[in-house]
Amino acid sequence: MSSTPLLEVTGLQKHFPVHAGLLRRQVAAVKAVDGVSFSVAKGETLGLVGESGCGKTTTGRMIMRLLDPTAGSITFEGREISRLSQGRMRPLRRDIQMIFQDPYSSLNPRKTVGSIVGAPFHLQDIKTEHGVKRAVQELLELVGLNPEHYNRYPHEFSGGQRQRIGIARTLALKPKLIVADEPVSALDVSIQAQVVNLLEDLQNELGLTYVVIAHDLSVVRHISDRVAVMYLGRMVEIADQADLYTRPQHPYTKALLSAVPVPDPAARKERERIRLTGDVPSPLNPPPGCPFHPRCWKAQPKCATEVPVLSERTPGRSVACHFPED
Amino acid sequence: MSTVYEPSAAPAATARAFLEVRDLRIHFPTDDGLVRSVDGLDFTLERGQTLGIVGESGSGKSVTSLGILGLHHRKNSRMSGEIWLDGRELVGADPDDVRRLRGRAMAMIFQDPLSSMHPFYTIGAQIIEAYRIHNAVSKRVARKHAIDMLGRVGIPTPDKRVDDYPHQFSGGMRQRAMIAMALSCDPELLIADEPTTALDVTVQAQILDLLRDLQQEFNSAIIMITHDLGVVAELSDRIMVMYGGRSIEQGTVEELFHSPQHPYTWGLLGSMPRLDRDRTDRLMPVKGSPPSLINLPSGCAFHPRCPHAQGPGSPCTTVRPELVATAAHSGHRVACHLSPEQRLDIWENQIRPNL
Ligand SMILES: Nc1ncnc2c1ncn2[C@@H]1O[C@H](COP(=O)(O)OP(=O)(O)OP(=O)(O)O)[C@@H](O)[C@H]1O
Ligand SMILES: Nc1ncnc2c1ncn2[C@@H]1O[C@H](COP(=O)(O)OP(=O)(O)OP(=O)(O)O)[C@@H](O)[C@H]1O
Ligand code: SF4
Ligand code: SF4
Ligand SMILES: [Mg+2]
Ligand SMILES: [Mg+2]
Repeated sequence: MSSTPLLEVTGLQKHFPVHAGLLRRQVAAVKAVDGVSFSVAKGETLGLVGESGCGKTTTGRMIMRLLDPTAGSITFEGREISRLSQGRMRPLRRDIQMIFQDPYSSLNPRKTVGSIVGAPFHLQDIKTEHGVKRAVQELLELVGLNPEHYNRYPHEFSGGQRQRIGIARTLALKPKLIVADEPVSALDVSIQAQVVNLLEDLQNELGLTYVVIAHDLSVVRHISDRVAVMYLGRMVEIADQADLYTRPQHPYTKALLSAVPVPDPAARKERERIRLTGDVPSPLNPPPGCPFHPRCWKAQPKCATEVPVLSERTPGRSVACHFPED
Repeated sequence: MSTVYEPSAAPAATARAFLEVRDLRIHFPTDDGLVRSVDGLDFTLERGQTLGIVGESGSGKSVTSLGILGLHHRKNSRMSGEIWLDGRELVGADPDDVRRLRGRAMAMIFQDPLSSMHPFYTIGAQIIEAYRIHNAVSKRVARKHAIDMLGRVGIPTPDKRVDDYPHQFSGGMRQRAMIAMALSCDPELLIADEPTTALDVTVQAQILDLLRDLQQEFNSAIIMITHDLGVVAELSDRIMVMYGGRSIEQGTVEELFHSPQHPYTWGLLGSMPRLDRDRTDRLMPVKGSPPSLINLPSGCAFHPRCPHAQGPGSPCTTVRPELVATAAHSGHRVACHLSPEQRLDIWENQIRPNL
């Protein structure tokens, strides 16, 4: 790990206003992301997990600057980018790319594979050594597709192949950072592994840095160096993959890991599952104090009033809890 | 694992299982050709038991369950074979009779509770209506029953929430309300098609607990369709693996996880990372892509992707393997041309050590 992180996010917030009434006055705000901080070193993979609606995608879209943060800072290669205008952001777009969840809707069905993967070259006006076609064919090969697929259309491909087309397009601009939002969750189990392996190979070959957003905790463990856990717009724990999975310190992380069904019938009797009661609360009116306290079995009176801050307990390991596990 | 079966429902000689599916075929004529979504499917299920169905996307899992419930339009689908539910045959039955069974004898939980609930009616109104179709009771009694059911599936203060609209419920609550609706008539057969895919793992765990409890209470038979092998391992007594519209392996949950015999099942187990094992360096994907159901590969439908296929001209490419017992009297059945010795050898020496 190098000393200056490639990406550093501090106190990031995104509040979506909720309007109502004839005058469309703002009546409330969805606190989708409410103070998130983390950093990612060059060549590293950070996994971002948490339940549906906890703000993972919103965080990813802010890093991409597809959404403007309400507050907080984002630095990329030491440079503050959270307030850059779209014009000044443009050259940076090459360096930060996103892979989307849905390989079916993210590709234009009327365009050939060649023009989809080649589009970024034209958009960003990039010179290629042997012409765009050659460059595209090299990319197709890199992601394990046949260069002869150049003139075919997306519907002729399977889900896994379409996801590869999307990845090839992402790689066209030789990005430094890739934000992958649920890159395999729309794929068949038998195909998911193809794409996971591909992402790992590309990282090794090209020195890429990834932020991988996923709700599948097994996939995240497999692919990540470090893992950050979000709950209701906040970061509750961040640690090395091995530490987090073997000794979770935040009660929510612990509950989350214990709830993952294990594909081994022999284990179903022995396993100790932490049963959470109650539903995930709404980001429209998050509970005061610790956002997890209404569902936490360790909650004390203090938890309902004081927000626990994310603090580093041991090097590389931060937890936001008043009474963390050891 | 014997369940009490009352032979009064069927002639004693047949001794049918509670649910028995025989050579089921469901085909859809389309502009591109005939889609053979289900093409010769056999399985059985007893009361009080859970059958997990896993398989490739598009392998016919949902089409099968809709077929059992009689939900395919007879105009644009062709269905043949036999479906016996508690001694009654459903494929040849009058659609009105099947409709009457739906909701009472059998019910389904769909993947997306929003799309299967009406947005303009309250949760309560929808459960009340479902209940009153099959039970001649007053609205008051039905309402009380609805509140009761909502409480049973873990909705807090059900007497207040009963008048909420679906959008006022969270995803997990909607799924529970769906389950309350499906269970309101104590169905003997419950089909759950990806019931927890849209849910978070902590909520998923609640729903799985709920299904287990309700099954114990009502002794219902459950078909659980999911792509999550963890969910299947946790809930099922038996498992059926589907590929290309057919069952390619069936057995008890222990057989399928501890001594699977079909190369596609091996592929499934090898391609997913597991939290209960040490982290591996590399996953082992199944090569290639899922088959077309209009032009299914010849012979074994899995042969273009099978690392153990025996090459051109071999039975793998020319003869469709039948689902046969792996040993005499065994309920573990597999559809593959490899000999039992070959399969055991590959499993023990190549597959298992790498899982
Ligand atoms: N444009 C928007 N306007 C209002 N609310 C929004 C908007 N986009 C997202 N939200 C809300 O912000 C919260 C966080 O959403 P986000 O999509 O980031 O969650 P997520 O963690 O990616 O969830 P999932 O796992 O379901 O994809 C949710 O409550 C969502 O409803
Ligand atoms: N009404 C229909 N007309 C034509 N084809 C259909 C129809 N309904 C389903 N199919 C096709 O039948 C096949 C099996 O579909 P089914 O929905 O059973 O798959 P599945 O196993 O449930 O997959 P998934 O895991 O993706 O839900 C698919 O290829 C589908 O496109
Ligand atoms: S701060 Fe309190 S409520 Fe929050 S996770 Fe820690 S113990 Fe639980
Ligand atoms: S029959 Fe042949 S192709 Fe099919 S699974 Fe068995 S070995 Fe593979
Ligand atoms: Mg998201
Ligand atoms: Mg389906």
